[in-house]
Amino acid sequence: MILHGPGNPYQYFLSRLSKKKPTSEPARHARRAFQSKNRISLSNTVMTLSVLFLFLPLAVIVVYSFNKAKGMIWTGFSLGWYKKLFLDSDKLWSSFGNSLIIAFSSSLVATALGTLASIGVNWYRFKARIYIQTVSFLPMVLPEVIIGISMLIFFSAVNVPLGMITIFIAHTTFCLPFVFLMVLARLDEFDFSIIEAAHDLGATERQTLFKVIVPAIMPGIMSAFLMSITMSLEDFVITFFVSGPGSTTLPLYVFSMVRYGISPVINALSFVMILGTMAIAFFLRNFLKNIAASK
Amino acid sequence: MSRQRTLAGRNYGPIYSYPMGIWFSLFFILPIAIIVTYSFMKKGLHGGVEWEPTINAYRQMFTSSYGKLFLRTIFVTFTATILSIVIALPCGYAMARSRHQTILLFLVIIPFWTNSLIRINAWIAILGNEGFINETLKRFGMITEGLPLLYTQRAVILVLVYMYLPYAILPIFTAMDKFDFSLLEAARDLGATKPQSMFKVLLPNVRSGIVTAIIFTFIPIFGAYTVPLLVGGKDSYMIGNVIVDQVTKIRNWPLASAFSMVITVVSTVGVLWMMGTSAREAARMKSAGVKQESGV
Repeated sequence: MILHGPGNPYQYFLSRLSKKKPTSEPARHARRAFQSKNRISLSNTVMTLSVLFLFLPLAVIVVYSFNKAKGMIWTGFSLGWYKKLFLDSDKLWSSFGNSLIIAFSSSLVATALGTLASIGVNWYRFKARIYIQTVSFLPMVLPEVIIGISMLIFFSAVNVPLGMITIFIAHTTFCLPFVFLMVLARLDEFDFSIIEAAHDLGATERQTLFKVIVPAIMPGIMSAFLMSITMSLEDFVITFFVSGPGSTTLPLYVFSMVRYGISPVINALSFVMILGTMAIAFFLRNFLKNIAASK
Repeated sequence: MSRQRTLAGRNYGPIYSYPMGIWFSLFFILPIAIIVTYSFMKKGLHGGVEWEPTINAYRQMFTSSYGKLFLRTIFVTFTATILSIVIALPCGYAMARSRHQTILLFLVIIPFWTNSLIRINAWIAILGNEGFINETLKRFGMITEGLPLLYTQRAVILVLVYMYLPYAILPIFTAMDKFDFSLLEAARDLGATKPQSMFKVLLPNVRSGIVTAIIFTFIPIFGAYTVPLLVGGKDSYMIGNVIVDQVTKIRNWPLASAFSMVITVVSTVGVLWMMGTSAREAARMKSAGVKQESGV
């Protein structure tokens, strides 16, 4: 089987996430010197254009969220759509409440299960270790439609009514792989002799876990938790399949707004959500590289 | 690397890891297993299935009525993936060599984390009949009637590239960031032209990053649902849309399961390819890296 043996590609894939680059000091100086003189190049131009491409649609939406009129013809500055968003959109805010409940509960469970599992997998050898590693990788790469449809069919096959519980289960499932991978990447940098020292000094397993390992990998756990929250808040496709009456989340509500007649309230909401995203990204700025590698 | 540590005398691995293993078995493996089973069952009258093994669903899937759907899905997926990779390669290179990496990462990750529906909505507002582009062109008198930009296949490809470009940039950036760029100068010093140094030195060294980028864009685009639904017309449906229609409207679960099997198998093959590339690279680095490591 492909996953056995010392050259386990999965292990390699994981270790690649956290590996430092093998650049030696002089090489890095050379690199820096090379950087400064080559400013306008094809690659820099493409990069700039791509960033513009990524941001322009968002900028247009943000600008027109301050438009007085409904359409895309500029008629004057107004905060009317924001007023409507904050004072006159009860359904939207109750769906946001649902989103928050699900995001926090599923991220908590996913972070707890994923962190424990990654410690177990990194630290011990046991039956089904390879199974757990492989299985935790798959939900991350399968298209969302497949995960959503399979869960929908599963829940109706076992007669579980669709609602908040099913959304919670689905969100925990698709957040788990990211928690597992991000904490595992952090554990790879962890000096395990500390654990041996703790054991030698008479710490019990539980003491070692909560007083040594968890504090040491806390940054990894926190970024995994925040990553889960963002993914849960943002997910539409999977939620769409496993939601029932009364469990509308914010993305589902936004979908109905996009699909059935566009109200500029959604533009105002876009700006608020972009600001929220920026706040989270700013908070996670130290982990941006890890996140880039685990995506 | 194998770690065998049971210092405390007990193996706590199962206690730590089985909860997640059980969770995945229940809520991921079991649902997929049900889909596999259902794809070989007879369609029930009102949704669901009858327990009668048959390959009707697969036979139905490969009839001519779905041929066009397959071709369109493959065309759109390949075009969008190739475009994303072609744009992402210079981007990843520029980011890896930039002194402002964190800011650039920030700029790529913000749109990537912004809600997908918000981003799709932005494109609808831009491309629509009374959207930003058409209204702007009208204002400057360049056109009198709105151009049909939205609800076309081109719009679907454009928005798919927009949505999945960060998925392509990030792995390529990560791979390039680990590349020792002084090798490029060495290649130039040894007489290689700039394109030669790029194609013969840089690209082979970041191969696994490129493969990861291809897989991370190809698989979600292949299973795309929202983008074709919202910015495409009725004739830009992709497999994902047909699966959803079969489950929710037509209620032919075996056919939906069979289509899902196609996407699952294609995705799994892609992932195995990606893992294989990583493994080969690991083996190569192992044989080449012995000297390097002993020097540190």
